[in-house]
Amino acid sequence: MSKTFTLDDKRIPFEDGQTILQAALAASVYIPHLCYHPDLEPHGSCKLCTVKVGGRQTAACTLRAAEGMAVESDTGEINAQRLALVQMLFVEGNHFCPSCEQSGDCRLQATAYQLGMLSPHFDHFFPNRPVDASHPDFLLDFNRCILCSLCVRASREVDGKNVFALAGRGLKTHLIVNAPSGKLGDTDFGGADKAAHVCPVGVILPKRRGFAVPIGERTFDKSSIADYVASRHGKRGGEK
Amino acid sequence: MSFLDIDERLFTLIEHVTFDRSPFTDKKEVGECDIGLIEGGVCNAENVQILREFRQHCKILVALGACAINGGLPAQRNSIPLSSLLQAVYYSSPRLPHGGIPDDAELPLLLDKVHPIHEVVKVDYFIPGCPPSADAIWSVLRDLLAGRAPVLGHGMLHYD
Repeated sequence: MSKTFTLDDKRIPFEDGQTILQAALAASVYIPHLCYHPDLEPHGSCKLCTVKVGGRQTAACTLRAAEGMAVESDTGEINAQRLALVQMLFVEGNHFCPSCEQSGDCRLQATAYQLGMLSPHFDHFFPNRPVDASHPDFLLDFNRCILCSLCVRASREVDGKNVFALAGRGLKTHLIVNAPSGKLGDTDFGGADKAAHVCPVGVILPKRRGFAVPIGERTFDKSSIADYVASRHGKRGGEK
Repeated sequence: MSFLDIDERLFTLIEHVTFDRSPFTDKKEVGECDIGLIEGGVCNAENVQILREFRQHCKILVALGACAINGGLPAQRNSIPLSSLLQAVYYSSPRLPHGGIPDDAELPLLLDKVHPIHEVVKVDYFIPGCPPSADAIWSVLRDLLAGRAPVLGHGMLHYD
């Protein structure tokens, strides 16, 4: 652990092979991110972890740390770009937080709070993708999907089930269920799956368990996402 | 209601401001104003007309609440064709006399979709929340009265 790089004004130790984001999180330093999960391979789709290295922008979740690297992350310029990215995610979906069961526990929402988002700024897409309620214990609201592919990766890499996939191209890219019928109820998806618990927004929801936690007690009522993420990484041995 | 939740601070406010057209006053026309507070999305023709009047007469226009900011829960109707909605309410509903879809010219026509107000007019500031807390509203009003750009500090920013 003798190698270090600098992140803003902090010196961050790293081990060979660690990405900038992994090393920062291990040192309890928050870099905004949505599609990264410590138990899964990086994806690089949300671009929220964008940092500046050597004057160029790069994804902290995919670039490996190197000795003496100077990384900028928490700057006005980069945070303004992150805010624009979050605003794009909000207008591309139907993020009606007031009726979403994930409100207060949602990483997209908490990241928007962290970045000080007051409005989604852009014109709304108002997508119209039918809810899949075919599974006895879970439902899917595809209109909230941010295409992070965490469920796709968790199902494939951890559960060994390959229940989800991203299909289509460009703006038409969307989450699908790998069953001939396209319905979750026709897969072997279950509540014990990793994929059932990695959605950072309100797409994959357990049935009959909404609004169980009082306002004020929800994850991001109690702490900002920066404090939450920083406290759950580092020496405590990885995020759940 | 969340605005009225500033409670006794209303007495302080009234020493500094005069209300123009508002649900609390009897004024029917929008006069020249410094600040316009708009709640609700844009769902029918009359909403568009009044929103434009407010924009014309107010130096600063503030979108207050989730509906004004992103269409809010009423925008959940955007996934259903308008004709199906009107049919469902005025024809198929078992508990209503089937008088047909109201077509009096007095009634403003619905737009095919609900829109946030910033898709119709320029908006200067946004106070998110469903509703925003009284403290958030108070904080923004105080900043505007003091000539400062409003900032919603930690804890006052929520979307639900």
